[in-house]
Amino acid sequence: MGKRTIIPFGPQHPVLPEPIHLDLVLEDETVVGAIPRIGYIHRGLEKLVEKKDFQQYTYVAERICGICSFMHGMGYCMTIEKIMQIEVPARAEFLRTIWAELSRMHSHLLWLGLTADAFGFESLFMHTWRLREKVLDIFEETTGGRVIFSVCDIGGVKKDIDDNMLAKIVTVLTELEQELKTLTDVFLHDSSVKHRTCGVGVLSKQAAVALGAVGPTARGSGVAKDMRTYGYAAYSKLDFTPIIEQQGDAYARMKVRIGEVFQAARLIKAAINLIPEGPINVRYKGNPTGEAFLRIEQPRGTVLYYVKGNGTKFLTRFRARTPTFANVPALLETLKGSSLADVPVLVLTIDPCISCTER
Amino acid sequence: MSFFSMARLLFKSFIKGPETILYPLEAKPVFAKTRGKILIDMESCIFCGSCERRCPVGAIKVNRATKEWSIDRFSCIQCGYCCEVCPKKCLHIDNYYTEPSAEMKREEYQNA
Amino acid sequence: MITEQIKTIAVETLVQEVTSLKQTEYDLVAITCTYDEMLELSYSFEKEQEFLHLRLVIDRGTQLASISQLYAYAFLYENEIKELFDVKITGITIDFENQLYQIAEKTPFITNKEES
Repeated sequence: MGKRTIIPFGPQHPVLPEPIHLDLVLEDETVVGAIPRIGYIHRGLEKLVEKKDFQQYTYVAERICGICSFMHGMGYCMTIEKIMQIEVPARAEFLRTIWAELSRMHSHLLWLGLTADAFGFESLFMHTWRLREKVLDIFEETTGGRVIFSVCDIGGVKKDIDDNMLAKIVTVLTELEQELKTLTDVFLHDSSVKHRTCGVGVLSKQAAVALGAVGPTARGSGVAKDMRTYGYAAYSKLDFTPIIEQQGDAYARMKVRIGEVFQAARLIKAAINLIPEGPINVRYKGNPTGEAFLRIEQPRGTVLYYVKGNGTKFLTRFRARTPTFANVPALLETLKGSSLADVPVLVLTIDPCISCTER
Repeated sequence: MSFFSMARLLFKSFIKGPETILYPLEAKPVFAKTRGKILIDMESCIFCGSCERRCPVGAIKVNRATKEWSIDRFSCIQCGYCCEVCPKKCLHIDNYYTEPSAEMKREEYQNA
Repeated sequence: MITEQIKTIAVETLVQEVTSLKQTEYDLVAITCTYDEMLELSYSFEKEQEFLHLRLVIDRGTQLASISQLYAYAFLYENEIKELFDVKITGITIDFENQLYQIAEKTPFITNKEES
């Protein structure tokens, strides 16, 4: 038996987008265990419901995280609509779906770039982010902001997209798909990328279920769990099957995310074909009384919202259980048995969004 | 599978030149809906205080007695909620961001 | 369509109910806690089209058994609830001893409510 040493990883590390700390227990060069420590960006956002009323809180909910910001706003508004039984018009549902799928595309492209950077392939990282700029330009043209949109509201959406802009989105996405094909061929078939990701960080199907993994982390190990199959927003009218891979290593999770980028582009084009005319929001009166649970699918996995209101304009409780919080035990399991040089790539394969985890 | 696909891509971008612009020496391209900062038309303001009550951050201060309206530009999150609730529609969003500054200062307008 | 149900149970039967759910292959989704005079805990489980919540209403001094022996990943949720709401959960497999978030103020969700 070799000697055991403990090496700290994080909170500052070039590969991490946000601070997290892991104490890695090593035996020679192999990791045998890891102890996590989170809490570096805990802002106490759930406690702000006591000070901001439920309409102002839409803006706070959007700012929980910069990458998944639209989905947090949408999930919060959908939960309040479930409590107050507000029926959102059909055009607003389709617009929310279009923005949600565009968010998914930009989040996965960001992740692909960071992964390329994690194993040192910097030119691939820069080109992936160059293509991501086209999606961010669509956001700025339709909502006014590149990262935080301020466009989702209780009862619908605030801004509309006219037909010229919808046609432009289809053109941009078609060009983007062509250019993405070249880059994703490099991700999937290049021998240096395969050497760093195939067979690394294997999570078996039983372990994924026993540890409660969600999102592409679970779908890469063969667990078919995707909240979009339950048909919230406009997904019930779109033809959709989740993408599942069986091997459970880092390469499989990468394949799932690349497949989801192309699937998102197809879903957006289908939604633009089917979008109906009509109003984009509906007026409502009163304050929320009661409680509701809701689950939607963010780019990183399932997120659960819980809102409880007592009839005044301040809510009693708001809670968001984010997917990275559920994936941390799965991360600790994949780290066992890997070598020290693989740890940065493995921490990135669960797509950690620590600001969501700690709110 | 194609050979030299990365090499071809790098060669093409070398010929084309950089994708980035030299900001702030060159201007950033804006769109019609870009949210930069909040502007007010002081002639129409009735000092009702709705914008002050609704601002999620508390950046706006309205004083009815002295007819003053002030905004802290660096606290403002450009959400546009004040523009929606204003009964006289005298607030609107400009496309250009606040200039960087070395000190925190409120911008004050008066309609005495 | 998803069927949702909230079932109120007593503190003593918690481990028994969770064991029977685990044997019928339900997955734990999250543990939520609210404080509004009494502490209200919701354990959310899912299986295919069913979404089930177990509801417990307790007061501040009650001891609660941990379910991390049955569902290994429950330790993160229980540590968070222990640190923010001061719920007395015993027997968590990996216990951070109130050091998970390392916040300056102890049990912030409870103290502020009592002052206001």
